[in-house]
Amino acid sequence: MVGSISVVGAGLAVIGAGIGIGQIGGHAMDAIARQPEASGKITTTMLIAAALVEGVALFGVVVALIK
Amino acid sequence: MTSKISTHKRFTSICFVIFALFFSLSFNLKASEPIESSGDEAVLSQGHATSHTEEDPNKPVDIASIAFEHILDSHSWHLFGDHEDAVSMPLPVILKTDNGIVTFMSSAFHHDTHGTHVAEINGQRFVNFKETIYLASDFPNEHGQYLNIQKDEKGEETITNVAPLDFSITKNATQLFLSALVLILLFTSVAKAYKKTGVTTAPKGKQSFLEPLIVFVRDDLAKGNIGEKGEKFTPYLLTVFFIILINNVLGLIPISANLTGNIAFTLVLSVFTLLLTVFNGNKNYWGHIFTPHAPKALWIILIPIEIIGVFTKPFALMIRLFANISAGHIIIISLVGLIFMFKSLLISPIAVGFALFIDVLEVLVAVLQAYIFTLLTALFIGSAVADHNEDGQHDSADEKLVGEHH
Repeated sequence: MVGSISVVGAGLAVIGAGIGIGQIGGHAMDAIARQPEASGKITTTMLIAAALVEGVALFGVVVALIK
Repeated sequence: MTSKISTHKRFTSICFVIFALFFSLSFNLKASEPIESSGDEAVLSQGHATSHTEEDPNKPVDIASIAFEHILDSHSWHLFGDHEDAVSMPLPVILKTDNGIVTFMSSAFHHDTHGTHVAEINGQRFVNFKETIYLASDFPNEHGQYLNIQKDEKGEETITNVAPLDFSITKNATQLFLSALVLILLFTSVAKAYKKTGVTTAPKGKQSFLEPLIVFVRDDLAKGNIGEKGEKFTPYLLTVFFIILINNVLGLIPISANLTGNIAFTLVLSVFTLLLTVFNGNKNYWGHIFTPHAPKALWIILIPIEIIGVFTKPFALMIRLFANISAGHIIIISLVGLIFMFKSLLISPIAVGFALFIDVLEVLVAVLQAYIFTLLTALFIGSAVADHNEDGQHDSADEKLVGEHH
């Protein structure tokens, strides 16, 4: 039973990360469309932010996997 | 022109070897099935004990356990095949027992990881149970294991046998030695080329592949995030970047070890990051932690948060790399495992297609995670050594440097 519920937890964590990374990617695209000359800087910042969001999601997944 | 042809040939032969390995792997997995369904099933399952007692052909394949077996460390380098028919490379086992240090090759266990095969070395008896080595009991239990397993009322098993300290050269340790050797050979040869010709000519061969990466780490990651002090940390950042990159990429090759998906490996790397930030932190860095720019009444909340923050940053680094790489490996194995779950060849185009897609995606992730780890390490070091004015603004010199790089 614990196993099956933890899988739901992992799924919820992934939903959060999906929304977060979607927002980051979408807004980065917007920003690049507005200022193509700043695309390098925007991409770097986007990747950092995406990594941080993903890190939180992975915490959730790891906790779900452990128990 | 000739060199082009020879590299092409070499690439084709490597591809051929990889495909041959793929086929032999799948062939072995397939070949093992009819044996299990044959008449002497009872005899076979007795030999395998515990987790393999209930093997019958209609039982669904436990992909989760196979996937975890693949991402975890082991005492022998498994190449292909199952159970007793497995072909694997024995690795040295080094144990510290009460009678001193004992060394032997892992082949003494005969591929057994269920505690059923005793290895006798210098009068001491050992068993391998789920890749942990215990001192064997005198007599086997009802499952044929030389272990003393006790179940409590919740059904949780505890093993009362003594486990000696294990300093074995495991699969992951071997992979680490291998990748270190590759990096040393690669970089010393490139460094030699620079010594010979200097930086006057255009880079040649390996140089032209590594030079942009090295310059990128130095200029964008080290100097871009740490500032002019970045020069001092460039060697460390380069080491971290390339050791993660090569192990991520090597880990994607079938039969190789999953080193960057091992939490002990990422723990060591993140502890290095922690130590670098703590020992290089200047008075501004510690000032932000112990005397935050906030009303004194809030300090009681802010100071503990800042102190926890010192540790959560490297902790997140550790989990990020470990979880990303492990998750990728589990997904690929699960997709290939779909074929065995559905027991149908029709599913294989879909499974192989998706597995290939994820595999290519993992190459991207391999580079991206090496980049992210190095970038965040540089950011943390940068925040520790940055000079701030009273109002928390960057120095004008700092500002200028950052401006130059973007």
